[in-house]
Amino acid sequence: MTTNAQTEVGFHARQHGRWHWSEFAFWIVVLAVGLAFPSRYLIMTEILRLALFALSLDLILGYAGIVSLGHAAFFGVGAYCAGLLSVHGIINEPVLALIVAGLAATVLGFATSFLVIRGVDLTRLMVTLGIALLMEALAERFSNITGGTDGLQGIDIQPIFGVFAFDMFGRTGFFYSLAVLFVLFLLARIIVHSPFGLSLRAIKNNPLRASAIGIPVNKRLIAIYTVAAFYAGIAGALFTQTTALASLDVFAFERSADLVLLLVIGGSGYLYGGLIGAAVFRMLQELFQWITPQYWMFWIGLVLVVIVMVGRHRIHAYALWLPNLILKQIAGRKAAVVLTDNEAP
Amino acid sequence: MTISNPVRSLLMTAILTNLFDGVAYGMLLFVLACGLAVTLGLMNFVNLAHGAFAMAGGYVCAVLVNRIGWPFFAALPLAFVASAMIGAVLERTLYQHLYARSHLDQVLFSIGLVFMTVATVDYIMGSSRIFIKLPDVLQGQFDIFGVGIGRYRLMIIVICGLLTVGLQLVLSKTRFGSRLRAAVDDPRAASGLGINVPQVFAFTFAFGCGLAGLGGALSAEILGLDPYFPLKFMIYFLIVVTVGGSSSITGPFLASLLLGIGDVAGKYYVPKLGPFVIYTIMIVILIWRPNGLFGRTATR
Repeated sequence: MTTNAQTEVGFHARQHGRWHWSEFAFWIVVLAVGLAFPSRYLIMTEILRLALFALSLDLILGYAGIVSLGHAAFFGVGAYCAGLLSVHGIINEPVLALIVAGLAATVLGFATSFLVIRGVDLTRLMVTLGIALLMEALAERFSNITGGTDGLQGIDIQPIFGVFAFDMFGRTGFFYSLAVLFVLFLLARIIVHSPFGLSLRAIKNNPLRASAIGIPVNKRLIAIYTVAAFYAGIAGALFTQTTALASLDVFAFERSADLVLLLVIGGSGYLYGGLIGAAVFRMLQELFQWITPQYWMFWIGLVLVVIVMVGRHRIHAYALWLPNLILKQIAGRKAAVVLTDNEAP
Repeated sequence: MTISNPVRSLLMTAILTNLFDGVAYGMLLFVLACGLAVTLGLMNFVNLAHGAFAMAGGYVCAVLVNRIGWPFFAALPLAFVASAMIGAVLERTLYQHLYARSHLDQVLFSIGLVFMTVATVDYIMGSSRIFIKLPDVLQGQFDIFGVGIGRYRLMIIVICGLLTVGLQLVLSKTRFGSRLRAAVDDPRAASGLGINVPQVFAFTFAFGCGLAGLGGALSAEILGLDPYFPLKFMIYFLIVVTVGGSSSITGPFLASLLLGIGDVAGKYYVPKLGPFVIYTIMIVILIWRPNGLFGRTATR
């Protein structure tokens, strides 16, 4: 019986891990959009960067259930690391610098993960927030290194692999970001569908029960938190490399808060949420800024309040109603997309 | 004292002046944050929008004093009433539906509320810092044994000290206080005993918001009042509550005094390391005692 159950679980896990045709469609659409709007590279690059950052938060929020309000700490470390490497000419090759910046954030993530896994929701919230504020205070304190509020001066990013130079229209930046996002997305997909990823879901649903069936809860949480820090660091480094900018703003609280918001818009726990959320959020922001340049914050806040009051699940159900209706007409009942975001109440 | 050594006595008075400023700052933080101690600590609701109520009180006071010409002391109670009313309305319409929801939902909701308030106040009042015209009695300072005592800060200490004593008495001696404690300890048992728990919570929430409004009006002079107030001081309020714990109001009170003195001293002696010290201490305390320095052992 046990072997039967085991093979069955394995079978379903593998089934779940397979590429659905809609996923291929998603990435083809992304590439097509990139090719179709050559005049919008800058904003599209921004969305990709945000998507990668959100992917990082999704790994810990959607899969491990850790609420973080200080994810900008890792973003900022990655951004400054990439900037400093370039300013001082230590590593001129962007891809190599990207990885080094990611690793720097990883180190911080590993070191702080021990603080974060202790305590319940509220303590975690405070500790993550505190760490981000601490990093901001540090960056301000050592303004001789970080350039303080003016930001790092003289960032000059060399061509990728010495071949593809960054142009002023952001074409290289866009495809570079897309490539990085895609590679890291593949990696994240492997992680969450591996036995390791499944154990994370178990921890999220019920930590006590997870530890009872032999999952080392704390070790798993430390591991995923560290991985997420790596992702956030890469997102930060991409920010610096594509904009040639790094200032104290990278640690800002708003950055972390927006990130949680966009993940909630997109839905957490299925990897695409951050990607879709980033696009929707950036579009909304653009729309609101177009309506009221100074007071767009009000509308973003209203969106948040409405999402929470109506309920996240219901919003997602509404949003998917029309696409599902069409899908059902074309491909039959089974093609309907259903979000499985089992957030604990 | 050490009159023979003038340098040392000068140092001494500087320390005492800082201590005094720190105590005033801490008292102010306590009045601002003690409403949050109830919502976050006792009702277990993560309300990041608490500073918004404080800001509302501050702006009400500023408008009354600067534009309509009310005396400062008459405008203070109005700041309390206005914030309490806003709090009561929001509690009845929005907050009460979210008590049972996850912390993530509460965080999102209250951040949304903060964003809306910031933009609204910016729209109505402009984005620059606002000053409230103070009566002459409160301006300047006088010396006691060489220690400079600011009149305004002295008033804050007196008002906040009285409020703290009053709160403690209400909580421990009155019928409402015991109802609140019962409702917090075990809402089900309390409602079984005939206590109207939602009403108690609503009233407490509104009262906490009112106190925040009063604190906001008092803090315009010291902390500065602009539309970004709720975001800037959010972390301070949270520190007071999480570090102080929630078993009584003594915990948050001591935590705010510590924070106030620490922050003033930090800004004075190590200006560049100021915030760094505060955040480090907060993280260390939270790691050491996740329920706060004076907290209960178990969280609900």
